[in-house]
Amino acid sequence: MRFKRLWAIFQTRNLEYFRDREAFGWNFLFPFLIIIGFGIIFKGDYRAQFKVGIFPVPPKAAIESSFEGLPESFTSFQAISFVGFESKALGLDKLKHHKIDLLIQAHTDPVRYWVTDATPSGAIVERLLKETLLPHDAGAQRFTKADIKGLQIRYVDWLFPGVLGMNMMFSALYGVGWVVVRYRKNGVLKRLKATPLTAFEYLTAQLFSRIFLLMFTLIVVWVGSDLILDFRVYGSLLNLFIVYLAGCTCMTALGLVIACRGTSEEFANGVLNLICWPMMFLSEVWFSIEGAPDWLKAVAKIFPLTHLLTAARKIMNEGQGLVAVMPEVGILCAMTLAFLLIGAAFFSWNK
Amino acid sequence: MHDMPQALIEVIDIRKQYKKLCAVDGVSLAIAPGTCFGLLGPNGAGKTTLIEIVEDIIPPTSGKILYKGGSRGPRFRQEVGIMFQQTALFSYMTVFETLKTFGRLFDHPEDLDALSSLCHLGEVGTQLNDKISGGQKQRLLLALALLNRPDLIFLDEPSTGLDPQARRNMWDIIRAVKAKGRTIVLTTHYMEEAEKLCDDIAIMDQGRIIARGAPQALIQTHCRRATVSIPQADVPPGMADIAGFIRQRGDRVEIRTENVNAVVGQLLSMGVDMRVVDVRTPTLEDVFLKLTGRSLRE
Repeated sequence: MRFKRLWAIFQTRNLEYFRDREAFGWNFLFPFLIIIGFGIIFKGDYRAQFKVGIFPVPPKAAIESSFEGLPESFTSFQAISFVGFESKALGLDKLKHHKIDLLIQAHTDPVRYWVTDATPSGAIVERLLKETLLPHDAGAQRFTKADIKGLQIRYVDWLFPGVLGMNMMFSALYGVGWVVVRYRKNGVLKRLKATPLTAFEYLTAQLFSRIFLLMFTLIVVWVGSDLILDFRVYGSLLNLFIVYLAGCTCMTALGLVIACRGTSEEFANGVLNLICWPMMFLSEVWFSIEGAPDWLKAVAKIFPLTHLLTAARKIMNEGQGLVAVMPEVGILCAMTLAFLLIGAAFFSWNK
Repeated sequence: MHDMPQALIEVIDIRKQYKKLCAVDGVSLAIAPGTCFGLLGPNGAGKTTLIEIVEDIIPPTSGKILYKGGSRGPRFRQEVGIMFQQTALFSYMTVFETLKTFGRLFDHPEDLDALSSLCHLGEVGTQLNDKISGGQKQRLLLALALLNRPDLIFLDEPSTGLDPQARRNMWDIIRAVKAKGRTIVLTTHYMEEAEKLCDDIAIMDQGRIIARGAPQALIQTHCRRATVSIPQADVPPGMADIAGFIRQRGDRVEIRTENVNAVVGQLLSMGVDMRVVDVRTPTLEDVFLKLTGRSLRE
């Protein structure tokens, strides 16, 4: 192996990345937009989970004028947001389309409401409404409320590692998998094969280049997001860096597996989607799969992003150390090795 | 196979089978150092497949390639330059950056200024690869093939798609490279290109070499007769006495003969105006037509 050749390809790939202004800009802008968007949506420590419609609410009238007759504990509950409608027909239409969870007719005694059985949120809001209509002390002696002490994780703090991981996944898989397939198709790889450059040197340069670019992007997005949203990291930043490094190496190596043979960009795109979308939903980028069937949780374990995000959240949200994330880092390293071996064994320069 | 001492490259009974298609069917040939060897044939004859097997880009189904009498090995890539028929380059790099990058892949790269001067790339050096014209791109690809001071250069259809001026520019560069004593293997379906550049030619059709030799020798061997034609309206009395094969073709009468001077002399003596006489000497196209019954461009 000649370092000079590896370095030449490494520099070339980096140069291409920085000069492709559109892709370069999007790689930074995309995670920023998501994080800022969620930061705005979920600002504060509490977020409304349910929507309740009330009618009739005359145009320009404050919705609070329709709360008469409803218990204050219900109307002031922060998990519920209220939406006013001029007529019953408008409210029922929104209820049928699941835009709201429950519809109440104002100024009725007993309180008259409509709810659909098709969604669990409707049943929950109905229960809340009924509970607040009952006397306050009913059954109060049967439970004691305890407050959560210590760590209070905002949703955006939980989401942040997921968005960074997702951006890393897309950039690693498309930046290597799709690009190398395109180079094979248009003959750039064949041109490189006509030189003393070996497949090992080429793949290593691609791997290092993508890791460098991903970690560079990660740091820029991190610093930018932190300035805007003031993230809370309870663990060590160095440990978090190590976890993300292991994660991006693993996903870049997975990109090399996709890149090793294909000649059709359309086919590569399909394969990349097939890999990316399950990871998006099962690796807990947006929401936890706690409570999902065991088989689904087992399937989620085959994705590198799952292990990356588990480890990142342990450090960032729970303040755990490197020892606590060793299982995830170990799995990521093992997956990296397997992907590299497969990629190198099946790599072809030609169509 | 031709008998020649110290062949730079030897192709021994190469065969390439793609399922039911036999792209190269038992080809053997040897190329002497310092020559410009042309592989001539129509599209689909198997030229590119054969050349890519020799370049060690694709493997043969069977057969053997010897370089300087031995296996190709790692030195082959250091000593051989290749210009492929169709190649894209890095989109976001300039011409000079591309040359510099590829130069770093070799142990002993050519001086880039000298190379860009030879290939007339100086004026486009700072332009992105995607922004240069077709002719400039072909010259860049040729420069990449010359980057490692190669002993052996493969040029696969180097002038395909170029306008006549750009094609002549390309030929001038190839001649300059040839003048330095480099060995060139050139594939083409332009007979004029082969005739002007090559010392030695193999004509390939349907995966086989059907003729081999110097351009003029091939023509002399296979097509000795030239064609002299005159318009029907100018045919003199006693034309039938002229030695040669006479036939009517359209509104002209053709005389096919091995002795053009004698035929022209006879026509002159019969008072034929030489301004209406057309003399066409045989070309490689005629050789190919005679050997295969098909045109090179079919």
